[in-house]
Amino acid sequence: MTFRTIIRHFREGFKNVLRNGWMSFASVSSIVISLFILGVFLLLSLNINALAGQVESQVQIQVYLEPNTTVEQRDQLNTQIGNMPEVSKVQVVTKEEGMKLFRENLGDDGKELLSGYTEDTNPLPDTLVVDVVEPTTIPDVAKKIEALKQTTTDKVISKVKYGEGTVEKMFKVTNTIRNGGLIVVAGLAITSMFLISNTIKVTIFARRREISIMKLVGATNHFIRWPFFIEGAVIGLLGSGVTIGLLFAGYDRLVKLTQVELGLMLIKLVPLPEIYLSVGGVILGLGVMIGVWGSTVSIRKFLKV
Amino acid sequence: MIEMQDVWKTYADGTHALKGISVRIDRNDFVYIVGPSGAGKSTFMKLIYREEVPTKGQISVNGFNVGRLKQRKIPYVRRNIGVVFQDFRLLPNMTAYENIAFAMEAIEAPRKLIKRRVNEVLELVGLKSKANSLPAQLSGGEQQRISIARAIVNNPSVIVADEPTGNLDPETSWGIMNLLEEINFRGTTIIMATHNKDIVNTIRKRVIAIESGSIVRDQIRGDYGYDL
Repeated sequence: MTFRTIIRHFREGFKNVLRNGWMSFASVSSIVISLFILGVFLLLSLNINALAGQVESQVQIQVYLEPNTTVEQRDQLNTQIGNMPEVSKVQVVTKEEGMKLFRENLGDDGKELLSGYTEDTNPLPDTLVVDVVEPTTIPDVAKKIEALKQTTTDKVISKVKYGEGTVEKMFKVTNTIRNGGLIVVAGLAITSMFLISNTIKVTIFARRREISIMKLVGATNHFIRWPFFIEGAVIGLLGSGVTIGLLFAGYDRLVKLTQVELGLMLIKLVPLPEIYLSVGGVILGLGVMIGVWGSTVSIRKFLKV
Repeated sequence: MIEMQDVWKTYADGTHALKGISVRIDRNDFVYIVGPSGAGKSTFMKLIYREEVPTKGQISVNGFNVGRLKQRKIPYVRRNIGVVFQDFRLLPNMTAYENIAFAMEAIEAPRKLIKRRVNEVLELVGLKSKANSLPAQLSGGEQQRISIARAIVNNPSVIVADEPTGNLDPETSWGIMNLLEEINFRGTTIIMATHNKDIVNTIRKRVIAIESGSIVRDQIRGDYGYDL
């Protein structure tokens, strides 16, 4: 194929989009509609994921220490736990701080309840609060810390707690939500591919005569296929471009409008700059792929003349 | 040169379109194919430009065995055969010029040559002034001229015309015939299926009559031979 022919294919491909104005419009519209719905679900599932992650990351391990633990023993344990690769942060909460937090949490009603405890009679133990990098490793990390209890000769750790049972259940729920979102998005992607390629098939069916004429004047299959290929890509680009524009403008506005209301519920929508590359990439890629795939697959059967 | 040897064509539905046809058409011949509707004329033409393949027998066109052609070689054989139809078959979204140029673009001819040659054939068919018109803006006769221009633009050795005057009024038809004669005079073989008695009886050429899938008559300077 000569360079001149390649140029010709591009020119014809672009021209064809204009020549078949209404058909192109139909194809672009069906791409916009399908990809827009897909995009909405994509954004929804991204936000649910982010929310699930937020909830998960709030899970911590509490390591209660024995009452007679010395500061040296505490610091040694602190370093030991801190050195575990899964652990991101270890925070020491002394029994005085613990009591203070306890009082704050209980509020005015609790003040009276706890008033009997002085500094000397404080029943709370010193505590290490452990954060992990990946929330799902919490049960394993807790077990590892529990194992330290056996290796140290002096009894330092009294109890390791992380909301056993509840945390596992929560992970199950967040995982279900994640997988559900993925399935819905994948299902929509497949449906929209069929819907769009069907529209393109119809537009190409209307041009099967054109293809048969091209064959009769001695055009090779390659020669016929290329402009259709380019045309499909152009239509895919147009469709996904419009979709991205609509979707992002709408989402950006939604994020700004709901900032205060959702903020009160401690929910924060993922801001556009954090996701526009990935979401835009997915939609653009899908659009072009669908456009090209739809047109190439559809003309294949008309080429056998 | 076209040669058929005992060619049979049976369609998938069991219709026997051709039953053992043997014929030889030499370079620069002008041949009318006549016969009743459904006799097998169109099948005969389609076999030549390889829209159909024979069920049995051999067809050679310019030395190519078109019945056993590999898919990817078909385009190259067709480039040496110009095809003209009753319904013109122009690309509706392209101008007259673009329609003719398309046949040259398809064989990747140089741009300059395309320009020169398309203008040349537009001149030959007498439609230089309509170069930028779309098919819908042209009369039937003009569209057929453009389709003939497209058929000859790559200098094929054969023109296969399936009822080229079928949709045209008598006067326009004579114009098309003059054009085909002119092309034949310049050295191109013409094979033309027709129902037009006046034309066959006036412009005397070789006549091959096909009835029920067999050749029943082959005359050097024949006549139409049917009353209808």
